[in-house]
Amino acid sequence: GCFVFKPSTKKRRLSEKTAHDFRSRSDDSEDTELRFVTCQSLWNQIKSETEQIQEDLNKQLLDNLVNFLSRSHSEFQEKTTEWTCRMKFREIPTAAIVLGVNVTDHDLTFRGLSDVLQDNITPYIALLEAKDCPGIKNLMQKLVGQLMNCDIEVDSLEDEDCVQVSQNRIRCSMSSLISWYESVTKKTDSETPSKKRNSSSRHWPSPPVVVIFKDMESFTTKVLQDFIVISSQHIHELPLVLIFGIATSPMIIHRLLPHSVSSLLCIELFQSISCKEHLSTIVDKLLLTSRFPFKLGEKVLQVLINIFLYHDFSVQNFIKGFQLCIVEHFYSQPLSVLCCQLVDVKKRVYSLSNDQCENIRRLPSFRRYVEKQESGKQIELLTNDSFLKEETEKLLEDLRVYHENYVSILRCLHVFTSSLPKYPLGKQIRELHCACLESRVWETEEYESSLQLARMLNKTDLVTMLQQCVEILMSSSGKEFDKTVEKLKEFLTQFQNLEEASQDRDGSVSSQKELQKKTDLYHLQKTLLELKESRRSKKLTKFEMLRFEVVDYIDSLVRKYLVPADDRTLHEIVYFNAATVLRGHLNAAPRTALHTALNNPHWYLKNRALKCDGGGISNKAPDICIVYKLHLECGRLINLVDWLEAFSTVVMAAEEHNADAASSDQVDDIIHARFIRAVSELELLGFIKPSKQKTDHVARLTWGGC
Amino acid sequence: MPNLEHPAYPAADLLQLESLVPCRESQVSMLLSIFGERQQFSFPSIFIYGHTSSGKTYVMQTLLTTLQLPHVFVNCVEYFTSRLLLEEILIQLQSSSSDTEQTCPVHCDTLNDFVRLFKQAVASQELQDQTLYIVLDRAEQLREMEANILPAFLRLQELTDRNVTVVLLSEIVWELFRPNVGCFEPFTMYFPDYSIGHLQKILSQNHPPEYSADFYSAYINILLGVFYMVCRDLKELRHLAALNFAKYCEPVVRGEANERDTRKLWKNIEPHLKKAMQTVYLREISSSQWERLQHDGGEPGQLKGLSAHTHVELPYYSKFLLIAAYLASYNPVRTDKRFFLKHHGKIRKTNFMKKHEKTSNHLLGPKPFPLDRLLAILYSIVDNRVAPTANIFSQITSLVTLQLLSMVGQNDQLDGPRYKCTVSLDFIRAIAR
Repeated sequence: GCFVFKPSTKKRRLSEKTAHDFRSRSDDSEDTELRFVTCQSLWNQIKSETEQIQEDLNKQLLDNLVNFLSRSHSEFQEKTTEWTCRMKFREIPTAAIVLGVNVTDHDLTFRGLSDVLQDNITPYIALLEAKDCPGIKNLMQKLVGQLMNCDIEVDSLEDEDCVQVSQNRIRCSMSSLISWYESVTKKTDSETPSKKRNSSSRHWPSPPVVVIFKDMESFTTKVLQDFIVISSQHIHELPLVLIFGIATSPMIIHRLLPHSVSSLLCIELFQSISCKEHLSTIVDKLLLTSRFPFKLGEKVLQVLINIFLYHDFSVQNFIKGFQLCIVEHFYSQPLSVLCCQLVDVKKRVYSLSNDQCENIRRLPSFRRYVEKQESGKQIELLTNDSFLKEETEKLLEDLRVYHENYVSILRCLHVFTSSLPKYPLGKQIRELHCACLESRVWETEEYESSLQLARMLNKTDLVTMLQQCVEILMSSSGKEFDKTVEKLKEFLTQFQNLEEASQDRDGSVSSQKELQKKTDLYHLQKTLLELKESRRSKKLTKFEMLRFEVVDYIDSLVRKYLVPADDRTLHEIVYFNAATVLRGHLNAAPRTALHTALNNPHWYLKNRALKCDGGGISNKAPDICIVYKLHLECGRLINLVDWLEAFSTVVMAAEEHNADAASSDQVDDIIHARFIRAVSELELLGFIKPSKQKTDHVARLTWGGC
Repeated sequence: MPNLEHPAYPAADLLQLESLVPCRESQVSMLLSIFGERQQFSFPSIFIYGHTSSGKTYVMQTLLTTLQLPHVFVNCVEYFTSRLLLEEILIQLQSSSSDTEQTCPVHCDTLNDFVRLFKQAVASQELQDQTLYIVLDRAEQLREMEANILPAFLRLQELTDRNVTVVLLSEIVWELFRPNVGCFEPFTMYFPDYSIGHLQKILSQNHPPEYSADFYSAYINILLGVFYMVCRDLKELRHLAALNFAKYCEPVVRGEANERDTRKLWKNIEPHLKKAMQTVYLREISSSQWERLQHDGGEPGQLKGLSAHTHVELPYYSKFLLIAAYLASYNPVRTDKRFFLKHHGKIRKTNFMKKHEKTSNHLLGPKPFPLDRLLAILYSIVDNRVAPTANIFSQITSLVTLQLLSMVGQNDQLDGPRYKCTVSLDFIRAIAR
């Protein structure tokens, strides 16, 4: 029937099966096994690293929340007798967390949150999602189920019989929840010290029950209202705390809840860190580091960042994309076996097989390298495997050093560019990184203009920047920077001296004073003009000279170290650059693919006979393609009879020589059947639908094409 | 001089009752006369309605408990299905009567069962000679349950043949309840709103022990002066009174003014209350935050309310999608050609400016538009080429889940889904910047 475009195996599960998959595709001389293992260990490292980063980033938010929760009900427990507490209406403590529109990332945050709460505050946590709770009944069922189950987890052995009474017949009402809560808290109270588990000792005698609404926006108003009204009536018996996960803005609370309901809540707002900051940290920690041997090429990084910025804002997806890059790289590049930690490189280089050596020789960057060598060495490189291996090791080491230096200098340059007005080279370091990877950055216009701007920086800024650079270079592991650091420090002392020198010379200051004295507009203009003249004619001051020197020095560093990775030999081994593959996987275009498939079946079927000559309709194409092409020529409503006639004409075109039978008006039954099948296939794909306006017509659901 | 008099109940109880329900004496005496003596059959069903916090629930509860009448009190919001509701009534009946805990779970799916079990429950108790009161709070929920629930409750006395009276409490009038098919008409009773004098009296009643009643009542007077315009909800007012009282007392505590110095105190508290009206009352900031602010003596300006955070960060294409949706919602289809095509034909002005066009489209609200129109506008407002990738389509769906767009008509996705843009012009302006 139809051939829908299917993106090839999207996310290969890293399992035993795929190890096999790696192997079966290519022969084993290309170290598939080893590649797979390397890939897996690398990914595990990266994964734990990202998790660590995320934990650190969310720490602030989680701390605040824990603080809030511990405060929420303690107040009431302490001073229930006080007059104000008696008089005050008891509101439900509510935390509204604004998480941003990247809904896919929320899961992780909530998981972290519930873990933290479980450790610090309360074992009773229920996570509710809108799709599970279309009505208040379902909500209560979910809530009761989750809370009572969590109880089972805590002490599974003791009260199995009491829970098993009738799971399905549990009355899902607040009163049953309250009696459950009473029994649970009583139990922990009366617990003998010997039986005390550390989990319960950390909680208070009556821990709050936390109900988390993951996606506040999707809940229906009625469900939320009912739930809040019910629970506010029982807040004295059941210390509830609500947590709303909000993706858009906190205004949604007022939109969903009328005042009579929102007045039952005591809402405090919390804000999670913005996803862009999150991404910057991830890029900073994962890509701009020498910890991981694997690197992303410019185009690939651009694709990932574009998907992030243009489409979903999801850091999780970014990391998934990164993972895909890793898998794809290790899968498609046989030499990626060398993309490993420093300690293993030597061993692996020397155990390379003959085929792998040939693979190295085939790399474009290596060929370029060979061409630059003298002829004797060329022959050695191309014929002698062991010589090649030695050379490869050296080159890989060079590449590693290059990357280390690159990162440090990139950060230094970023210190400068990020403080320039209008940010000609981008505000974020990732933009700068992309620019540097793409081409020789010093040849671009933006770089030129940012140098111009840098030459106009004032002294204090310049000094602080230089200090920052010194710090960056000091902390980097590269050994080449001793001299650079010295040079920068020298600049700094020169600035220091300049300051001392300038104190006794205050000529410019006096003119400034003069300027302030003049209040008359004409005179002011005149003096200003004079000042300008004098400045132009004046020789550059010492400071300006020094400034030029500094900028030139930075420029020289950039030219030396920020060479794009494509220019380096053997960059293919560690840099993943197949952007088109990645784009096909991550940013699929189903509409386009479908159109291509139906319009030009040759593209997918690779059948010579289908090769299309221009706009004509070949009768050898699958029926659905013919029907599709014909329907493109029609308007909004398509007459089925005309369509069938056109179809039969196209199909019969080949058999015209024996068309005696076809001359009769009657359409062949088989062709009729084929037509009907093709049309219903199109309907299934959503291109047409039966129309109510005219019975023998169908309506087109798509536009364009014609 | 006691207002409440009834031969059947001891005078002491009545006196206590009267002190507990200020400003509702007439309603209570009316109810008492309907109830009659303990063993007398009362009206089968009573319907009490009145605005929010006009004391319906409170009066009923105090009346029944002080006079120790046998009763069952159920909130219909909490027991949201008929099964839960009926079972809850039976459970309460059981637990109220028997001293030994009857833990056997009650199963009651239909009203028929209920009547049977109800008879059993009543028979087992010693209250054959007393009227049993079943109070159904928030009775408007009953309308959403099965059709037979409400009529059956109305004539429960007749169905069970027992001495029982059902009291329905609701915020809406009986006319909105009445089922199409005839039913027993309950005795309806209206609880009017509390007047400002009533509120003053009730709120002043429980003053804090440290301060005199006069002092507190002066405070309540000021409070009502500020809040009465916007809020007549007794609960809310009491809450606000408790929140701000500490601030009112401040000058007295510091010794700057004595309790009689009303003017000074008024000057101190008035701006504070006004600020509270804009923040705490609207739940822009929570009451605990408000208290902390008061405690630290900070300005409320530092704390941003909920509405201050209106900005939503959206991905690049989502922004454009939303803008396109807004344009599609508020512009008529005819103008698309003019606005989004480079070489549009000339428009005859007279034709274009029809009279009804002058009413702003913003007043009419968003109109639904098909997906294709949205995409066409998107393509024309985005500068560079947009590939119709899966990501774009999934963004539309996620905008729907974020409630920035809404889907119109729940029909099949395949035949042209239609959407509406639900965000305001200000929001779009903020995004488009």
